[in-house]
Amino acid sequence: MSPSDTPENTTAPGGGNSGEAPAEGPLIVFDQVVKRFGDLTVLDHLDFSVAHGERVTLIGPSGSGKTTILRLLMTLEKVTEGHIWIDGEPFSHMPRGNGLVPAGETYLRMKRKRIGMVFQQFNLFPNMSVRKNIMEAPVHVLGVSKDEAAQKAEELLDLVGLGDKIDAHPTQLSGGQQQRVAIARALAMSPEILLLDEVTSALDPELVTGVLDVLREVAENTDITMLCVTHEMGFARDVSHRVLMFDQGRIAEEGHPDQIFGDPRQERTKSFLKSVLENGH
Amino acid sequence: MENGSLPMFWDFEFTFEVMPSLLGGLWVTVQLTLIGYLIALTLGLLIAIVRRVPILGSVVHFVMEFIRTTPLIIQVVFVFFLLPASLAIPLLGDVPITAFTVGVVVLGIHYAAYTAEVYRSGIEGVAKGQWEAARALSLPTSRTWGAIVLPQAIRKVIPALGNYLISMFKDTPLLFAIGVAELLTRAQRIGSESFRMMEAITLVGVLFLLVSIPSAIVIRRLEKRYVAV
Repeated sequence: MSPSDTPENTTAPGGGNSGEAPAEGPLIVFDQVVKRFGDLTVLDHLDFSVAHGERVTLIGPSGSGKTTILRLLMTLEKVTEGHIWIDGEPFSHMPRGNGLVPAGETYLRMKRKRIGMVFQQFNLFPNMSVRKNIMEAPVHVLGVSKDEAAQKAEELLDLVGLGDKIDAHPTQLSGGQQQRVAIARALAMSPEILLLDEVTSALDPELVTGVLDVLREVAENTDITMLCVTHEMGFARDVSHRVLMFDQGRIAEEGHPDQIFGDPRQERTKSFLKSVLENGH
Repeated sequence: MENGSLPMFWDFEFTFEVMPSLLGGLWVTVQLTLIGYLIALTLGLLIAIVRRVPILGSVVHFVMEFIRTTPLIIQVVFVFFLLPASLAIPLLGDVPITAFTVGVVVLGIHYAAYTAEVYRSGIEGVAKGQWEAARALSLPTSRTWGAIVLPQAIRKVIPALGNYLISMFKDTPLLFAIGVAELLTRAQRIGSESFRMMEAITLVGVLFLLVSIPSAIVIRRLEKRYVAV
């Protein structure tokens, strides 16, 4: 993938610029993305792309930059260098004159509506009922009517198996139930891209399965593009089309889940998978 | 004491005689407290939010620090006697600059410096994940503050804010210095007119207790209810 060197080039690199052009370019493109926190380089000139509808799992030791990738896409962080493109349009930057400048708040607000995220710590709003949690964004961001949003909330809660908890408050729910509500809340915005940030890491082991089952169902029944950071290797193997192994801000190895988990080629991947297995995940 | 001008025995008849005036004073005290508190609550919240704005926030912080480190009584006297009328009038519009107005506004602003800190601690206590979830849902700033951050922040600081209501109530006698017709001012006036201090001054203490003890109980209940969550 060749990065765009000239500021005049405001179309996304990657996809079809070598060989024959595919019908549809990639949905997400990271183009030489660097992210530093002070002296610490978390992402080091990272290049990768994700196709429409693709489900990608990011694995790797903590501190390898996986979560940062999701946070950049959710605009919770800003790139230090490089560009992110979504659907052929600049995302981390916005066009100005003939070039690109770092994206402003208004631009980001418009762009990130199509992206949803589920967090490790659920982050439900404790001052609102489950129903209100799910309705909040559709009503106040998309301008959906309250009736319509309430109906959608009911449908989504049924999907995650919590139809009877619609009037409960988050504090009354178990961690697993809270996380399923958080998934419903993210889905209520009908995102094209769903970011899952270690969504089962904060859960008691017996609650993990329920959450993963919901996500399997979402994966099977929708064409939402999913980026998933997880230590649940079984889930990653079942659900994802591709696995990226990260190490020190770079991709150490990537491939089909069967290959990565069954026949890892890099030493780094082998030792990482071994340590995850030993820790009982 | 035998030849003193202040007889030291309790005169019940005199007590009943001065009661209406003192109750009137209590009413003024309650008004000062409630209106001043309303000012402190709204202004404090505004200040707490503005303090998060880069440069403006630092300026506001400096002013609040100044208000907190100088005595209330000096602020009241300064504003009432020394602030040029020309400066005060445009600020208050058509409201006449009475001792009551100056008293209640200065009291409110003084306490806003404290409530702002309380709100600030409440806002900082809202988990970072709440802001991030609001952002991930693309909620507009007004909704993030109004529906998510402030309801959680304020809930946590209700007891602390309640304590300031009682503090303000107990600080109202300072307005004696500019002659606001609150409890202490009236008692003092009664004393100097009748040469009997004991009844009126004692009643002032009793009336203060009668209001602040029940208030303290109510606030302790609020504390239990909100902090437990």
